[in-house]
Amino acid sequence: MPLKTGYGITKKEHRMTDTKVVVNCTTGETSIVTLDSEEIAQREADALAFSAAETARLEAEEAATAAKASAQSKLAALGLTTEEIAALTR
Amino acid sequence: MANMIPISTITVGSGGSAAIEFTGIPQTYTDLKILGSARTVRSGASSDYLEIRFNGSSSAAYQYITFQGDGSAVSSSSGGSGLSGTAIGFDRFPSSTATANTFGNFELYIPNYTASINKSVSSDTVSENNATAAFAVLQASIWANTAPINSIRFSIGGGTLIDIYSTFTLYGIRKY
Repeated sequence: MPLKTGYGITKKEHRMTDTKVVVNCTTGETSIVTLDSEEIAQREADALAFSAAETARLEAEEAATAAKASAQSKLAALGLTTEEIAALTR
Repeated sequence: MANMIPISTITVGSGGSAAIEFTGIPQTYTDLKILGSARTVRSGASSDYLEIRFNGSSSAAYQYITFQGDGSAVSSSSGGSGLSGTAIGFDRFPSSTATANTFGNFELYIPNYTASINKSVSSDTVSENNATAAFAVLQASIWANTAPINSIRFSIGGGTLIDIYSTFTLYGIRKY
């Protein structure tokens, strides 16, 4: 996003989230490079995908925990002792 | 006897960085190895991952499988089924809510990086955290591309920045 300076001149806002550190292994030169539009789009898509995957993973874990508790409850209702249930589910 | 020769080191400076990249990698070694320690900035999260891409390619040609212990259980997962991934999801590093000033350490190995064959990658990572949830991770990956590797990029995964003082050192391995 362009920023207005005190002299009415615009300059590009510089954020660390938009840069990468690049070292050229042949020359040894290190530079700070602004991400190109493709890299920024990729990063934003990755963040969205990661958020969705995390949500799905947490939901799967909760479902598995609930299923295990339900199964243990049903086994107990059938008359199995706590030790017997633990032996089955270990 | 194999010789391990340091090529370049990148240390992330003040303010962090969205990515780091080794370019112009010499084609004179047999294998490559990267040793590093990293931490990320990801709001509300104790751990995070990085993404690895070779030669700047985001084409769907990456696939990986992960085995991990998290302090209370072990599990496995995979990404990029059928070579559909656009990067290697490189697990797993401490992030914003992990113990302050802890970094995850890793070792990553890329054999035959100049050969005209698909590239395989193996890695071993631990995410330091002074709590129960600390990860030990083994990964095997593939980049289905026969081009010699001349650049390697690590970019942020779920978070916004690779944190200050994260360090990556690239080594060349010569088997003579």
